[in-house]
Amino acid sequence: MEHTLILSSILFAAGLMTVIVKRNAIMVLIGIELMLNAANLNLVFFNRNNPALSGHFFALFVIVVAVCEAAVGLAIVLRVYKYYQTSIPDQLTELKD
Amino acid sequence: MSLISLALYIFEALAGAAALGILLVRNVFHAALLLIVCLISLAGVFVIYNAEFIAVTQILVYAGGVLVLIVFGIMLSSRIAGKPLVVTNQYVLPASLAGILSAGILIKLFSEQPFAQQPGALPGNPMNQTGIALMRDYVLPFEIAGILLLIALIGAAVTASSFYSKKQ
Repeated sequence: MEHTLILSSILFAAGLMTVIVKRNAIMVLIGIELMLNAANLNLVFFNRNNPALSGHFFALFVIVVAVCEAAVGLAIVLRVYKYYQTSIPDQLTELKD
Repeated sequence: MSLISLALYIFEALAGAAALGILLVRNVFHAALLLIVCLISLAGVFVIYNAEFIAVTQILVYAGGVLVLIVFGIMLSSRIAGKPLVVTNQYVLPASLAGILSAGILIKLFSEQPFAQQPGALPGNPMNQTGIALMRDYVLPFEIAGILLLIALIGAAVTASSFYSKKQ
């Protein structure tokens, strides 16, 4: 049993629990980053003896997509916070004015 | 135990402790600082597993970019309300059930498979091979990733700015 795989499982579970538990949209984004990093850790770990480096490139593109997600998500969070004065995801149930 | 495996254990313990701290801490700003600790420890793990380029990208992009974005988001949204961002918890029992079940299933599935290879050095220069493969085999995903970043950053700037919302 490899300890790195245990670490990635713990990271994924901590991210999942952060997404469900916290009543704040920024904490939900932090939890999503944790889950993406757990996937990245698995990709890098399984690529450790592969000379084609395909896992590294997959991890690289995962990082790029995570950056896009964080930028757009935080912009939406700020916008919603200015409008509704709340960032609790359960209370945002309306789209129109 | 060699020095490299000792460093690997230390980085992994730091990353796991920081992730559990994000789960347990109440202040959003402290959670962002713990996320920095977790990401930099993971960069150290990536260096030990011969992924230097991923480690440098992790530090530059995550610890330098995403964390600044998150800290900006925390500071801006706490300035509007005028109170510190202390979050409360909800759905604690279902979340702990989901977390413990997913971690248990993942650890059980991983422990049934034999992964008996030690981390060894890849043949050749990994950074050199990364650059060559990125410009030769993966050039189309590379360019698409650049376009995706441009679209996402323009969209985030337009969404977050108050210029277009005041005109209506």
